[in-house]
Amino acid sequence: MTVTDDREVGRERRRKEDARLITGRTRWTDNITLPGLLHMAILRSPYAHARITSIDTSAALGRPNVVAAFSGADVADVQGSLPCAWPVTEDIVHPDRPPLAVGTVRHHGEAVAVVVARDQASAMDALEAIEVDYEPLTPVLDLEQALAEGSPLVHPDKGTNKSYTWVFDSAQAGTGGDVAAADDEVVIERRYVQQRLIPAFMEPRSVIVDPGAGEYTIWSATQIPHILRVFYALLTGTPEHKVRVIAPDVGGGFGGKLQVTPEELITFMAARRVGRPVKYTETRSDTMLSAHHGRDMIQDVRLTARRDGTVTGISVKLTANMGAYLGLVGPGVPILGAFMYNAIYKFPAYRFECDGVFTNTTITDAYRGAGRPEATYAIERAMDDLAVELGVDPIEIRRRNWIKKEEFPFTTVAGLVYDSGDYAAATDKALALLGYDKLRAEQADRRASGDPVQLGIGTSTYTEMCGLAPSRILGALRYAAGGWETAAVRVLPTGKVEVVTGTSPHGQGHETAWSQIVADELGVAFDDVEVLHGDTRSSYKGLDTYGSRSLAVGGIALVEACRKVRDKARTVAAHMLECSPDDLEFTGGAFRVRGTPDAAKTMADCAFAVFAAHDLPDGVEPTLDADATFDPQTFSFPHGTHLCAVEVDTQTGHVAIRKYIAVDDVGKVINPTIVEGQVHGGVAQGIAQALHEEAVYDESGTLLTGSFVDYTPPTAADLPEIVSDRTETPATTHPLGVKGVGEAGAIAATPAVVNAIVDALRPLGVTDVPMPCTPERVWRAIRTAGTEGGRS
Amino acid sequence: MIPVAFDYLRPTGVDEAVAALAEAGDEAKILAGGQSLLPVLRLRLSAPSVLVDLGGVAELRGVREEGDFLAIGAMTTHDEVASSPLVRRFAPLLATMAATIGDRQVRHRGTLGGSLAHADPAADLPAAAATLQARYVLAGPSGRRVVTAADFAVGLFTTALADDEVLVEVQVPKVEGWGSHYEKFHRVVQAWAIVGVAAMVRRSDGGIESARVTLTNMGPTALRATAVEQALAGCAAEPAAIAEACMAAAEGTSPRDDVTASAEYRRHLVRVLTGRAVAAAAGV
Repeated sequence: MTVTDDREVGRERRRKEDARLITGRTRWTDNITLPGLLHMAILRSPYAHARITSIDTSAALGRPNVVAAFSGADVADVQGSLPCAWPVTEDIVHPDRPPLAVGTVRHHGEAVAVVVARDQASAMDALEAIEVDYEPLTPVLDLEQALAEGSPLVHPDKGTNKSYTWVFDSAQAGTGGDVAAADDEVVIERRYVQQRLIPAFMEPRSVIVDPGAGEYTIWSATQIPHILRVFYALLTGTPEHKVRVIAPDVGGGFGGKLQVTPEELITFMAARRVGRPVKYTETRSDTMLSAHHGRDMIQDVRLTARRDGTVTGISVKLTANMGAYLGLVGPGVPILGAFMYNAIYKFPAYRFECDGVFTNTTITDAYRGAGRPEATYAIERAMDDLAVELGVDPIEIRRRNWIKKEEFPFTTVAGLVYDSGDYAAATDKALALLGYDKLRAEQADRRASGDPVQLGIGTSTYTEMCGLAPSRILGALRYAAGGWETAAVRVLPTGKVEVVTGTSPHGQGHETAWSQIVADELGVAFDDVEVLHGDTRSSYKGLDTYGSRSLAVGGIALVEACRKVRDKARTVAAHMLECSPDDLEFTGGAFRVRGTPDAAKTMADCAFAVFAAHDLPDGVEPTLDADATFDPQTFSFPHGTHLCAVEVDTQTGHVAIRKYIAVDDVGKVINPTIVEGQVHGGVAQGIAQALHEEAVYDESGTLLTGSFVDYTPPTAADLPEIVSDRTETPATTHPLGVKGVGEAGAIAATPAVVNAIVDALRPLGVTDVPMPCTPERVWRAIRTAGTEGGRS
Repeated sequence: MIPVAFDYLRPTGVDEAVAALAEAGDEAKILAGGQSLLPVLRLRLSAPSVLVDLGGVAELRGVREEGDFLAIGAMTTHDEVASSPLVRRFAPLLATMAATIGDRQVRHRGTLGGSLAHADPAADLPAAAATLQARYVLAGPSGRRVVTAADFAVGLFTTALADDEVLVEVQVPKVEGWGSHYEKFHRVVQAWAIVGVAAMVRRSDGGIESARVTLTNMGPTALRATAVEQALAGCAAEPAAIAEACMAAAEGTSPRDDVTASAEYRRHLVRVLTGRAVAAAAGV
C-alpha cells in the first residue's frame, strides 16, 4: 500500500453519500415513478392459522380505477414457492411457501390477495371489496408445545413441527473432547430466552417491476440485488439475462432486507399479468407483520468447570423458532451461532444441538449478528454466573479462560482458526475507560447502605466471525451459494475512477470507504472516485451485503483489482519514461523513476496514454481496467470488550445506563468515523434487545406489537453516551487487515447490559431477568427473588 | 396508509366551524393537530365523511391573560404552551407536562384542545387540566357554555363535547405559591405514559397545607387521587410522611392490563411515583 503523509486510509472522512441520503434527494424505490405505473395493495390474513374456505376478488375488480385483482388460488399454478437457500440438513423439512397463500394461512399478516389500480388510494379502497371466508384453526405458538406429542401442526402434510435437528460435537468432529467426560466440579446450567425482534429499518420495503419487451427491470429496497436476480430468474422462468435488478439507495436493512420476499414475487406476478409497471410499497404495519423477524430462540446451556475457574466443556441445546415457513437463510441463523458459543475461550469440549421449529408466526431470519448475538449472550451470561459461583471477579474468570495473544493462530473447539486477537489489551483499555475499581467501590457502598438505586457492572468480551464467507465452508454447511465477492475498477481518460462493487450498501458508507481505499491504491484524489453498486447491469456480479462481509471480502477484491490496474499502469508509465517497470516506484500518487523522482507519471497520465493508445508497448492492451473476485480462505474475527454500568431503581424497576464503554478491535480501520458510527448503531440495537424491544403475539397468534406504539425501539433520547475506543490487531489472512464491524455492537451490548442489571440485583437474590428487561420485569424479578428468600 | 376518501372543510372562524359541523352531522370529525386522528384515519380504523380542519381559525390560537386566569386557545400547540412565558409563570405544571408529550414534531403539530377533546387515558394534558382545575369553553349552535375539567372528562375517549360543538379555549386559573411536578414513567421517551402523576403542593410552615394530585392512565380518564390529597392536607413535608400518605394512590383506580404493563404493576408504580411527584412538588 502507498505510504504517504496524506494517505486516505485511516482518515476520519465524512461520508460522501450522506448529503443525498439524509435529505431524501435520491432515488429511494418509492420515489421512482414510471410512465403508466400502477399501484398494488395487499390483503393480509387477520388470522394466525385458518383455512380459506372461499375468496372472491370480483367485487374489487368493479371498483374505480382497479386494473386487476387476484388471490393465491388464481396464481396457484404459476407462483411457485419462495426459496430457502440454506437447507442445513439433508433431511430438513422444507414446506412450500407460496407468495400468496393458497387454501391455508399460517401466520397473521400472510398475503392472501391483491389489487392493482391506477393509484394507491384506489387499490387500498378496493381491498375492502375482497370477500374472504376463513375457518380458524388452532394456532401453534409455543416453541416447546410445538414439539410435544399431539400438537396441532403448522404443516399437517409434513407430520411434524420440527424442521431439522443440527448437531455439532467436538468429539465427533475431532476438534475437542467429549462434553460428557469433562471435569464437572462446577456446573452452570441456565436457560436463556432470546425474544423475538423486528428489524426496524428506516425505509419500509418497496418494489417496482417493469415488464419491458421480454425483459423485466426490478427496483427493490433490498440488501441482495444479485441474489434476488438469480432467484427471479429461477422462480419466474425468465432468462437471467432478461432480468435486471436495481437496489437504488436503500434505507437500512440490518438483515431484514436479506430476503426474497413474497411481495417481490407478487409484484412480479401482477406486472406480468397486466403488462405494465407495478409498484408496491409497504406501510410500517406491513413491515411489522410481514418482513422477517429475528432471534426467537430458547437456549439451554450447560457449562462445566474446575474449581480453579477453568471451563472444561459447554453444551448448548437450542430451540429455534423458524416461524411458519423457512426464510432465505433462516435455518442457518442458529448454525452461524453454533461456531461462537466457545467465543474467545479455550474450551476443550463442546456440543451443540439445534432444533428448528415451525410455529404460526412470521418467519424469522437474519437480524444484525444472526446467531452470533444469541451465542455471545448465552456464553457471556454463563461466564458471569460461573464467576459468581466461584466468587471470582467476572473479568478474572474470563482472563483465566481466554486465548492469549501469543497463542494465535488458535484452532477453536468449534473447528475455526482464529488468526489474531488481543483480548487482554481491549479489556484493559475498557476497564481503564470505565473506572472499574472506583465503580466497584461505589457499588459496595450502595449495597451497604441499602440504597434504593443499586449499581451494576456488566461485562461482555465478545468475538464474532465476519467476512462471510469461505465458499468451501459454506458448501460444507449446505448453503446454496458461495461467499466470494467481486470488484471492478475503470480508469476514465481524464484519470477519474469508477469502481463497481458486488456488495450492496444500504447505509454503511461503502462509497466513502471504497473511495479511500482506491485513492491510496491508485494515487488519485478521494473525490475523483465514484462507487457504483446495486444495479445488476453495471454491477453484474456479486453476493451483496450482510454478515459484516462487504469490506472484509469485497474490500479485498477491490484492493486486488486496484493492484492489477496499477500493474498495467506501471507498464505504460515505464514505456513513457523510457525505463524498465522495475525502475519505478509508486509514491506520492505517481510512478517515479528511482533516484530521479522528478521523472514521474501519474495515473491520469497513464489513463490518457491508454485512451489515446498512440504509443503503447507491443502487446499491451489499451486499458487500465481490471476486476478481481476474492474468495476468503477463512473468516475474520473482530473482538472487543464492552462494559456497562447501570443504575437500577429497585422501587420501579427502571434501568438507567450510566456509562457504556465499547473497546472494539476490528482490525485495520479504513475510516474511524464510519467504524464509530457502526459501533454506536450496533450498541443501540443491542441495548434495544436488552431493554426495549419484543415482538409479542397474543394467544390467538395476533401480533400485538404491530406498530412503534407498542414495539418500542429506543431513540437517541433513550440511549446513553457511548464511549468507544479501539485496539488494532490486523487480520493476518488478507492484504487489507480489516475484520468487519457491522454487527459488533449489536453482539456485544446485549449481554453487557443484562449482566449489569443482574449484577446490580444479585444481593437481592436476583439471578436472571428475562429480556427485554422492562421496568415491570425487573420489578417482578426483585419481588420474586424477595419472596423466595434469595436463590443467588 | 391512505385514509378512506373524505370531504375537507377549512373554516376561518368559530361560528363557521360550528355551522360546518351542524351541516355535516355525526359523520364529521374535527381535525385539530391531527396527531391522533390522522394515524387512526390512515390505519382505516375510522372513516369520517367530512373533516372540519380548525387550522385556519386564527382566534383559536394563543395564550391571553384574563384577570385571574389564562385563556389558552384550543388550537395552541403543545410547543407554544410549553414555551409560553404566561403559562410558565402562572401554570408551570401545564408547561412542564406539555413539554413531555411525544417528540418535537408531535409537539409542534399537536394542540392543547385536540389532546383534551380526544381524551386518551394515557394522554398527559387531561391530568394537567384536572390538577389546575381548568374550565373549558365550548361553542355550539346555541351559543357558548363553560364546563369544568371534571365535568368535561366523561370516560374513555369520551367528553362532554357534543358532536356539533367546538372546544374554543381552556381557562386555567393562575396559581401562585404552589410547587408542582409531573412524574411521567414510560418505556421510551416519546412513548405514552405507562403511569403519570401530576402534583401541586402548597406549603405552610413546615408542612403541606394543600395538595392536588392527578393520575394519568390509571383509569378511563385522568383521576384525581382524592384519598392522597386528603392524607396530604396537614401532612409533614418530609419524605417518609409523604410516602406514607401516597400509599393510597391506587385507591379507586382501574388501570389497564396491556402489552406495555400489567394493572398490578401500574398500581404499584402509581404509589411510588405519587410519592416522588408530591415530594418534588413540595420541594422535599
